[in-house]
Amino acid sequence: MGAAVFFGLAGIAFGPALALVLLTVAAEPLRVIVLVAGAFFWLVSLLLASLIWFISVHLSDREDAKLQYGLLIFGAAVSVLLQEAFRFAYFKLLKKADQGLALISEDGRSPISLRQMAYVSGLSFGIISGVFSVINILVDSIGPGIVGIHGDSPYYFITSAFLTMALVLLHTFWGVIFFDACEKRRYWCLGLVVATHLLTSGLTFLNPWYEASLVPIFIITLCMGLWAFVTAGGSFRNILKCLSCKQEDDSRVMMYSALQVPLED
Amino acid sequence: MITFMNNSDSEEEPCNERTSLMSAESPPVPSYQDGLQASEAGEAQAHRKRRTGGSRNPNNITDGETPGTGVPVRESTSENEEEELTLKYGAKHVIMLFVPVTLCMIVVVATIKSVRFYTEKNGQLIYTPFSEDTPSVGQRLLNSVLNTIIMISVIVVMTVFLVLLYKYRCYKFIHGWLILSSLMLLFLFTYIYLGEVLKTYNVAMDYPTLFLVIWNFGAVGMICIHWKGPLQLQQAYLIMISALMALVFIKYLPEWSAWVILGAISIYDLMAVLCPKGPLRMLVETAQERNEPIFPALIYSSAMIWTVGMAKPDTASRGPSQQTWDAAEDGRENHRSPSRAASQMSETSPAPTRAVTSLEELEEEERGVKLGLGDFIFYSVLVGKAAATASGDWNTTLACFVAILIGLCLTLLLLAVFKKALPALPISITFGLVFYFSTDNLVRPFMDTLASHQLYI
Repeated sequence: MGAAVFFGLAGIAFGPALALVLLTVAAEPLRVIVLVAGAFFWLVSLLLASLIWFISVHLSDREDAKLQYGLLIFGAAVSVLLQEAFRFAYFKLLKKADQGLALISEDGRSPISLRQMAYVSGLSFGIISGVFSVINILVDSIGPGIVGIHGDSPYYFITSAFLTMALVLLHTFWGVIFFDACEKRRYWCLGLVVATHLLTSGLTFLNPWYEASLVPIFIITLCMGLWAFVTAGGSFRNILKCLSCKQEDDSRVMMYSALQVPLED
Repeated sequence: MITFMNNSDSEEEPCNERTSLMSAESPPVPSYQDGLQASEAGEAQAHRKRRTGGSRNPNNITDGETPGTGVPVRESTSENEEEELTLKYGAKHVIMLFVPVTLCMIVVVATIKSVRFYTEKNGQLIYTPFSEDTPSVGQRLLNSVLNTIIMISVIVVMTVFLVLLYKYRCYKFIHGWLILSSLMLLFLFTYIYLGEVLKTYNVAMDYPTLFLVIWNFGAVGMICIHWKGPLQLQQAYLIMISALMALVFIKYLPEWSAWVILGAISIYDLMAVLCPKGPLRMLVETAQERNEPIFPALIYSSAMIWTVGMAKPDTASRGPSQQTWDAAEDGRENHRSPSRAASQMSETSPAPTRAVTSLEELEEEERGVKLGLGDFIFYSVLVGKAAATASGDWNTTLACFVAILIGLCLTLLLLAVFKKALPALPISITFGLVFYFSTDNLVRPFMDTLASHQLYI
């Protein structure tokens, strides 16, 4: 272990997130604010879930290992449900903010669309969730030690990093799908998002049997990614257009102002 | 990815470009003969150009590139539009404060986590005479409350003293005091900091090099802060001295006293800024009456200034914060809140002041927001203490960091809504304290237990 492991793990876990933030969020102040506020909402949901778990643990028998494990599962499930509830609350807040921004803007349109806010909020949930899950492990990996010396899996670090990356991407996709479902009132989509979140969290209970947990989680990530892409308006034609780098025809033609006498400003 | 977003936006509302095109079609072609008609058409054209520009780039509104600023359309600017501009530029100014606050906190947390010196107990300040080494919880709590009372009263006395000096125009005394404080911060505390960092990383440095480095750092700092200098260099120095001050507080304030002091300082801040007879409010009002800036050494200014053609020629020769206040002398309404600056502990007594300020937009400069150094210091103290005492846990530090940023965001939102002096500490510190205690006691065991089973939520 050491710096190499630390940087490798950090790269795996947060590489996509960092790239997404640097390329799409960092330049726009409004998106940065949405990012930080999303992190705040997730933290509040985690706080409430931890409170519930803490109370349940203190009210129960500490010595009973099976009971404690059951309470942990219960705590995790409550946490997932609370996260989704707070995602809904954040959706409501952003919708109101969107209307407010549209009201005060020049041309009646808000400077950031609800879809962009959906993406950024999903990303924020993902980043803060990933950071809270893995930062202590990352910091521990700088120091000396041997992984799995007591019989645990020696792949703990790298699987944690991959799981974190999947989680970050999943939250981003869930954000897009969730907000779109709330907008269009497709409640079965909402239910499906919550169900897949519970499923993902449940699959991690199969660790350290990594074939059964990591592979399905990545398959779910891929499916969610495709679903989010389609929800956001993407299609095969779009990809082709993007890849062929063709200029859009209808945005440059017919600039009537160019035909008129240029006025002095 | 950026292209992707623009595409999806245009697909969402395909009619917009068409409607903008239609509105661009309809304006009359100005004739060369009729000058009046030409200017009218010019106004309409420029206005529509602004509108089409706006609708084609929905993401650009917060970057301050509103086209046609110099156009006669501005004459029709109503109160409404000024209010729109206030809120429109809000997001950018929030970020302009997020960045320095984040940088200050990063410096403090990095130092705390790596340099052992600032987490060792090496005595206490004279302002917190009661020791917390007592075995009983009640006694410890009582001692920390007493320490807080002493500290806050010292701060109140110093602030009132400062306001009185300002009221009776003893500017030389105030400037001398500020210069002495920054001298101490820039030379002595930097020397100690550098020494400890070198000790931690076991790097040898000879005295001549050390003297050169400290001398240059300190001298340039004094010039930048008290006189003129590039804005970013001044900002960097202000962040550095806030971080150094915060580190001193973190080292010398005992555990429980630090938390109680943080809570008490936010309450004091709230009262001092909002109560009619509060010292900080009186300071701001006096400064407003006299149309003078509050001491530039105590406020972090994020304002960017540029001068367009018809700028006043003498503004270019003044320092940055002086400029923003000079422009304010045009008689426009100023919104600011009192500032509080912290100075050293040993020689001079602490006189913290703190400010959140925003200026109206003028033709020549972009509006800036000002935040007092005391805010930087106490935010960093909270996050630094969280990093130092949270049992090696990074989650607590991050939670406090997010809480403080959100508090700052909310405070700036309130500032944009109320347009008057506001304290910057209460909301952030409240959120920070709540998150610190709840994350340390509730979230940490939960996340640790989950991590030990490699469970993800």
